[in-house]
Amino acid sequence: MKKLWKGNEAIAEAAIAGGCRYFFGYPITPQNEIPEYMSWRLAEEGGAFIQAESEVSAINMVYGAAGAGARAMTSSSSPGISLKQEGISYLAGAEVPCVIVNMMRGGPGLGGIQPAQGDYFQAVKGGGHGDYHCIVYAPGNIQEFVDVMYDAFDVADKYRNPVMLIGDGMIGQMMEAVEIPEYKDLNKLPPKPWASQGHNGGVQRLINSIKIDPNDLEDHNHRLFKKYAEIEANEVKYEEYLTEDAEIVFVAYGSVARICKAAINELREEGIKVGMLRPITIYPFPKKPLAALAEKANVKKFLTVELSMGQMVEDVRLSVNGKKPVDFYGRCGGVVMMPADLVKYVKEGK
Amino acid sequence: MAIVAKKPELLTDAHLHYCPGCTHGIVHRLVAEVLEELGCADAAIGIMPVGCAVFGYNYFKCDMFQAAHGRAPAVASAVKRVHPDSVVFSYQGDGDCSSIGMAETVHAAARGENFTLIFINNGIYGMTGGQMAPTTMEGVKATTCIYGRDPKVNGNPIHLSEMLATLTGPAYIERTACCDPANVRKTKAAIKKAFEIQLAKKGFSFIEVLANCPSNYHMTALESMEFVKTKAIPFYPLGVYKDITKEDK
Ligand SMILES: Cc1ncc(C[n+]2csc(CCOP(=O)(O)OP(=O)(O)O)c2C)c(N)n1
Ligand code: SF4
Repeated sequence: MKKLWKGNEAIAEAAIAGGCRYFFGYPITPQNEIPEYMSWRLAEEGGAFIQAESEVSAINMVYGAAGAGARAMTSSSSPGISLKQEGISYLAGAEVPCVIVNMMRGGPGLGGIQPAQGDYFQAVKGGGHGDYHCIVYAPGNIQEFVDVMYDAFDVADKYRNPVMLIGDGMIGQMMEAVEIPEYKDLNKLPPKPWASQGHNGGVQRLINSIKIDPNDLEDHNHRLFKKYAEIEANEVKYEEYLTEDAEIVFVAYGSVARICKAAINELREEGIKVGMLRPITIYPFPKKPLAALAEKANVKKFLTVELSMGQMVEDVRLSVNGKKPVDFYGRCGGVVMMPADLVKYVKEGK
Repeated sequence: MAIVAKKPELLTDAHLHYCPGCTHGIVHRLVAEVLEELGCADAAIGIMPVGCAVFGYNYFKCDMFQAAHGRAPAVASAVKRVHPDSVVFSYQGDGDCSSIGMAETVHAAARGENFTLIFINNGIYGMTGGQMAPTTMEGVKATTCIYGRDPKVNGNPIHLSEMLATLTGPAYIERTACCDPANVRKTKAAIKKAFEIQLAKKGFSFIEVLANCPSNYHMTALESMEFVKTKAIPFYPLGVYKDITKEDK
């Protein structure tokens, strides 16, 4: 049954429905409702919540709990996610599955607290040190956030890899009617024989990212990249909207895609053929569907729309590979475009 | 022939990578002996630091973590929350525990997390080649204070046991030394007490061990033990700084 939920709280409940029992966080706007909700809700479920002394500590608590076999997560917003990066690199290196939520805000520095998408590079190009990837989702509305979160721990476990969900204050703070899926039975989850949890029967389980021999470390990197290739083959998620006959294809993710949809509907009413490709995963990026659109005769150009100075547009250009022009419209600092801004931009640019 | 001493089962046969004369190996052995004597070796989960003990997982057979520099107390807190019936210890140097990880140490202690932190205070950054640590004593030379630590330039050393003892959270805090057989036996007794506190679910236990680092003090093993005895102990007094089992009575 659908109920009216605040975004951040729905996301927290969806995590619990998906099996999360341990949450470690530190206050930062605009994600505070997630730790606040978890602080009492996890106790009801027999799990635990710790308000950590910092984001650095919180992500290392995730390393401990998840490395010990539990479904564990943290959430934060941009500056806090920067602090977590060393820990995320360790999680990726040691192949510890977990979930991280970033409700992005404007930067750089302390920046602001209004919606922004300036953490795209940080999320999909690594963020921390070394060669690694998180699996990164950028859901477009609260229900989709809930659905992605619900399965995020399964995906993380399947690949033994950190999963990140990125949104912004618009999604976190707004209220919508959403349905929380049925609660997963923790007893039916696949076992984690690799987890460091004591009573090992004589064979040590080790959660570790140090490989001091360069050859071992190179092998480890190759193994990780084999896994990432598998993720790229299996996990790409995206939505196409009115692209069949589109001359201009918008590319946008998260709450921005929703604004684009409104602009597209308005432009269509005026007979302008526009559509959209909306990445739901930004790593792995929907390269192939974009490349396929770039091959289509009806597609004249792409318009990437972001709440940043232009980050995802680089991946769009790599995917389109020069076949068609790729234009960019961006606002930043927490300023959010209106559908009318996009309508005007398209009409004037035509 | 009767066996009077043997290597604890919990330790592997791996060759220790520590420098000759370094006390890290002794403390590893004490931890293993104590866990076996308490009958909880199988339930143990160890959290190793970044520092000379980074490869400590090679020497213990129990389940282990290698944690980011300074973050072992955060990792240990979470592991223990997930598996309250396991026996969790972190093993950390002074750079790890009292510099980069000071916040994690203080807050795990303040929360009264029910694990045991073994703090190896050798007054120097061993692994990275002898830089000054928060615990380096005045006048001691390090590669980042080549004329000796000068409090006016380099600040003052930190007495971590005393500092943590001001908190309500910790259950047991003791400082020992590892410089001669008598003190090694006292260190073992302290480690045992710490794990007993944990097994009784009384909360955070912290054992600071004054240790040596012959390589970076440019001393022979014997000289480095002498240094601990004659210089470190007077500056870092040994003893129990907190014991809630005493307060209970
Ligand atoms: C974030 C981070 N900063 C710095 C280092 C480099 N580093 C490795 S070991 C170490 C110091 C270790 O000294 P200590 O904790 O005193 O332990 P010891 O080696 O003396 O046993 C440092 C600074 C690191 N690995 N990670
Ligand atoms: S550098 Fe110092 S602390 Fe490290 S193993 Fe050698 S003697 Fe021990």
